[in-house]
Formats: sequence, structure tokens, C-alpha cells
Amino acid sequence: MKSILEKEPTRGSATTAPLLRELVEHLRQHRTELREEWARRITEAELLTAMSDAEIFAEATSVYDNYVAALETGTFEALQTYSQNLSERIIPRGVETHEVVGIVLLLRDVLARSLFAKYQSDFQLLNRILDAYEPAANRIANTVAVGFVQERERIIREQQEAIRELSTPVLQVRERLLILPIIGVIDPQRARQLTEQLLRAIRGNRARVVVIDITGVAAMDSHVANHLVQTVEASRLLGATVIVTGLSPEIAQTLVKIGVDLGKMNTVGDLQGGIEEAERLLGYKVVPSDAPTQIPGLRDEA
Amino acid sequence: MAVPILKQAQYLIATIQSALTDEDLITLQRALVEQVGKFRSRGVIVDVTSLDVLDSFASRTLRDIAHIIRLRGAETVIVGVQPEVALAMVQLGITLEKVATALDLEEGLAYLDKKLRHAREES
Repeated sequence: MKSILEKEPTRGSATTAPLLRELVEHLRQHRTELREEWARRITEAELLTAMSDAEIFAEATSVYDNYVAALETGTFEALQTYSQNLSERIIPRGVETHEVVGIVLLLRDVLARSLFAKYQSDFQLLNRILDAYEPAANRIANTVAVGFVQERERIIREQQEAIRELSTPVLQVRERLLILPIIGVIDPQRARQLTEQLLRAIRGNRARVVVIDITGVAAMDSHVANHLVQTVEASRLLGATVIVTGLSPEIAQTLVKIGVDLGKMNTVGDLQGGIEEAERLLGYKVVPSDAPTQIPGLRDEA
Repeated sequence: MAVPILKQAQYLIATIQSALTDEDLITLQRALVEQVGKFRSRGVIVDVTSLDVLDSFASRTLRDIAHIIRLRGAETVIVGVQPEVALAMVQLGITLEKVATALDLEEGLAYLDKKLRHAREES
């Protein structure tokens, strides 16, 4: 990617340099109106809807100045840093890739039109000015868009890392009864880690029944499903019965469609049902006591 | 090396002490099947706690033992499978289906007691 950015302008820079200087001069002179025109068109095109008009104008000003500076110097490092910076600020606010690409292309159009207007009498000069302007403008658009996408990817990677590091606790709710609530994405690596953790906990806590709750699992592929089946079987080899709860309708349908053999699995609709079933297996009987104890901090309704 | 088989009330307990050769396994199978009849045992516990590997032949033999003992009128429980062993077995597709398993000797005994009590109540 670096190589694209460092490449010399396509047309001979000796001839385009004075033209670019003239161009930059023009853009500096008409800064106020062009900037306003651009900001107006951003609002019209309903881009950056997550931001207020004042914010759009403020960002537009700095993008404009950076844009002109990049045209003038022919170096893109400053712009690159700026676009990365900008991405960091606007990604958390829900700005999409198409919006960022859209505004940069809009600026390109706005500036090009002002050039048409200025040089309409001299077609040849206009042509040469555009020859100088277009490659530079394209590279600027490219730099900003790539910077934005890279920032997005960096955030996605970070979040994946965070999800992976979310520890999954194995909890004992009663003598001999463990609960394993699984939340988030399960990849093969995490599935293996989970299984090992559970088997060790079964041994450590002398568990006889385990409830694996997957309410918090959004999706499951055949690989992970098979891992789940393996976990159930391995637990059984240790002498523990596994009850799987919280299979969402989507996951249930996927599993049936991809033909995972869940025959060996004990499934109950939700976590409550799973715990009740586990208590039944363990011979517990939960009976409400006659006089409910006053819960501290809860005011009497009567 | 031979596996000692202990008689405890109406149960037989075989504790595997170290890695077994295929021959040892066959010997164990024969001995158990014979003694179940001899002592009129109602249950058999095979303790594999000290094994850190359980290959396919061993697993198959354990399964065979359980099935044969059932035909001889007693119940078998495999106890003490280590977590790593369990994981490895499952990944190899060995699941000891239809064979009872329990965490350790104590749990195995509890399982057999419960099973026999049920059997007696039903009859």
C-alpha cells in the first residue's frame, strides 16, 4: 500500500508543478465558498447523518485544508495521519465506509466543478489543469478511504481479541451441579479451551450434572456443534451428565439443517428448565417455604 | 502386569495400576467374567484413574467387558477417566456408548447401589 502512495505523480511533475501551484492558489482563494458548497452537498446527500451540521462543517474545514496541503506538497503522510485520526473519532459514532468515500468524492467533484467554471473559456488549459488535478485527487481519495478501512479493521481485530479473552466461568450452583454459561463467538480454539476447563472443573468439583447454557451464542457452525457434542461425550466419560440449554431457534434450525447428530444430547429450553431438570436428576426438590422472608430494601406494598 | 481384582460385598473392583498390554487386558477380561459367576457378584467396577492413555483396543476391551458382564447378569461401571484421556478418546471417536461411567470409585459404588436398589424394587 505504501508503494502506491510514494509513487511519483503519473504525468511529468516538471510540467504539472506550476499548474498545481496555480490550482492550489485558486483553492486557497475560494476556500470559504467551496468549503460551504461542499458542506451543503454533504448534508444534501444525507451523508454523515450521525454528526451535527456544525461538526460536519468543522471536519470539512480541516479535511479541505489537508486536501489542499496534500495537493500542494505532493506528500500524503500528513493526510494519512489525519485520516487515521478522523477515522478514530468518527467510527465509534457509526459513520460508514460509504459515507467517508462519499464525502471525499464529493469534495473532488466540488473542486473539479470550480475548475470547470474558472477555466471554461480556455479548454486546453482546463485539460492540463485537470491532468494535474485528477491523479492527485484520486490518490487523496484513495488515502482517506484506505485509512478509514484500515482503522475499521484494526478495531474489528481488537474486538475479536477482546471476545476471545472473555473468560468463561464454570460455576457451581449446588453440590454436584455445575453451570457453564457460554457467551459470544466460539471458534475452534476457544471451544477446546472451554472443554478442557469444563472437564477439569467436573473432576475438581466432583460434579455429576453440568448445564451448558448457550443462550449468549449468536451462531454456530458444524465444527463448533461437533465440538459441543464431543464435550458432552467427554463429560459423560467422566461420569457427568450434560444438559444443554438455550438453543436459539436459529441455531436449532442450523444444526438440524447441517445434520449434526444431537441424539446423544440432553437439551432443555432455557437455563431455568435446565437447572430444574438437573436438580431432579440429583434428587433435589425445591419447595417454597411458607413464609417468604422480607427482602431487605424492598418496601411493603400494603 | 496383572490387575488385582478385589471382592467387596457383592461387587468386584478391578483397579488398573499401570499401562496394560493387550494381553493383560484380555487376561483382565477373562478373570472378571469368570469371577462374576464365581462370586455371584452384582456389579463390577473398573478403575482407570492411573491411566493417562486409553487406546482404541483398551477402550474396545472395556466396552466388551461391560457388555459381557451384563450378559452374565451384573452391571459394570468404568470410573476415573482423566479429563485429558476423555478428550482424546472423544476426538478419536471412542465414546464407550452404553457403558456406565462415574467420576471415581466412590461415585461408582453409589451408582451400583442405586441401580441394584432399583432392580430390587422393580422385582
